[in-house]
Amino acid sequence: MTDIRLIEIKEEIFADNDKLAAEIRERLQAKKVMMLNLMASPGGGKTSLIVRTLQGLKDSFRTAVIEGDIDSIVDAEKVVAEGVQAVQLRTGGACHLDAAMVDLALREMPVDALDFVIIENIGNLVCPAEFDTGALRNVMILSVPEGDDKPLKYPLIFTVCDALVVNKIDYLAVADFDMKIFKERVLKLNPDIRIFEVSCKTGEGVPAWIDWLKKEIDAFKKSS
Amino acid sequence: MHELPVTENILKIVLRHAEADRATRVVSVSLRIGELSDVIDEWLQRYFDYLSRGTLAEGAVLRVERIPVIFRCEGCGESFPVRVREVRDIVCPSCGGGKAVFVSGREFFIHNIEVI
Repeated sequence: MTDIRLIEIKEEIFADNDKLAAEIRERLQAKKVMMLNLMASPGGGKTSLIVRTLQGLKDSFRTAVIEGDIDSIVDAEKVVAEGVQAVQLRTGGACHLDAAMVDLALREMPVDALDFVIIENIGNLVCPAEFDTGALRNVMILSVPEGDDKPLKYPLIFTVCDALVVNKIDYLAVADFDMKIFKERVLKLNPDIRIFEVSCKTGEGVPAWIDWLKKEIDAFKKSS
Repeated sequence: MHELPVTENILKIVLRHAEADRATRVVSVSLRIGELSDVIDEWLQRYFDYLSRGTLAEGAVLRVERIPVIFRCEGCGESFPVRVREVRDIVCPSCGGGKAVFVSGREFFIHNIEVI
């Protein structure tokens, strides 16, 4: 008869990733570079929001983009067209970015000459939410055609984000999307989340998003 | 889904503890995962079976304990479980209040392992 022994572990499954993410945050803090992780479904408008954001920040901050979207350089080309550096991660069939991948990309960038880095995460509302990338701020996009029930279907991502950009508000007139109920659902999961209603197509609501972002970066650069 | 990197991490942590304990075999691994995680138990086991071949953990059974999503009512202070994916709205079962804040349900850790 062999004895079975019980070993208490109580260890976080993603301890390694969380440790590297914390190191990345410290490193960027020392260099006064703010990093933002942008998450959304495929087609939610990540690239459109990034292009709008680059245009809004270009006179104030030196920005670069880490492109994580699956094996396509289309997004990187759109970013480069804005005169901004983009590092394209070849993520193949991966469903999310983790701290190790972001670390690789940062090592290819002139981080010392930057103020702000945007990570364009892989289009997916599930997996990216589980991995700390080392970014200081997490932002998600939910576009109107996706429906106001998404906080119920993908609750985790709504709990990890600092800001939510509701994109494609130009579709509100034809969509079955109840903004009031949607916001109530989101705020229950995360009472501190900032919500911006925008249309990257028409530009409506974009200035409020840019203002908030500028204040966040300014506050970060002034912090010790 | 990302069960593969999740399972790689689990195996790495399990083997580290099993080796430190001079175990000859890992019988089971108990995980505590919050209901908010979309990880699928069956896939975890399948990936684990594949990755653990030839290691101390080959043949170990994964036991996943799901930690419920808990909200706290801002009106009466009561904490209550919510099946987030099944409800249309979050309402306090004690006072019927509609203002509640998220408390827990994001857990993701290895609780213990059984070894020989």
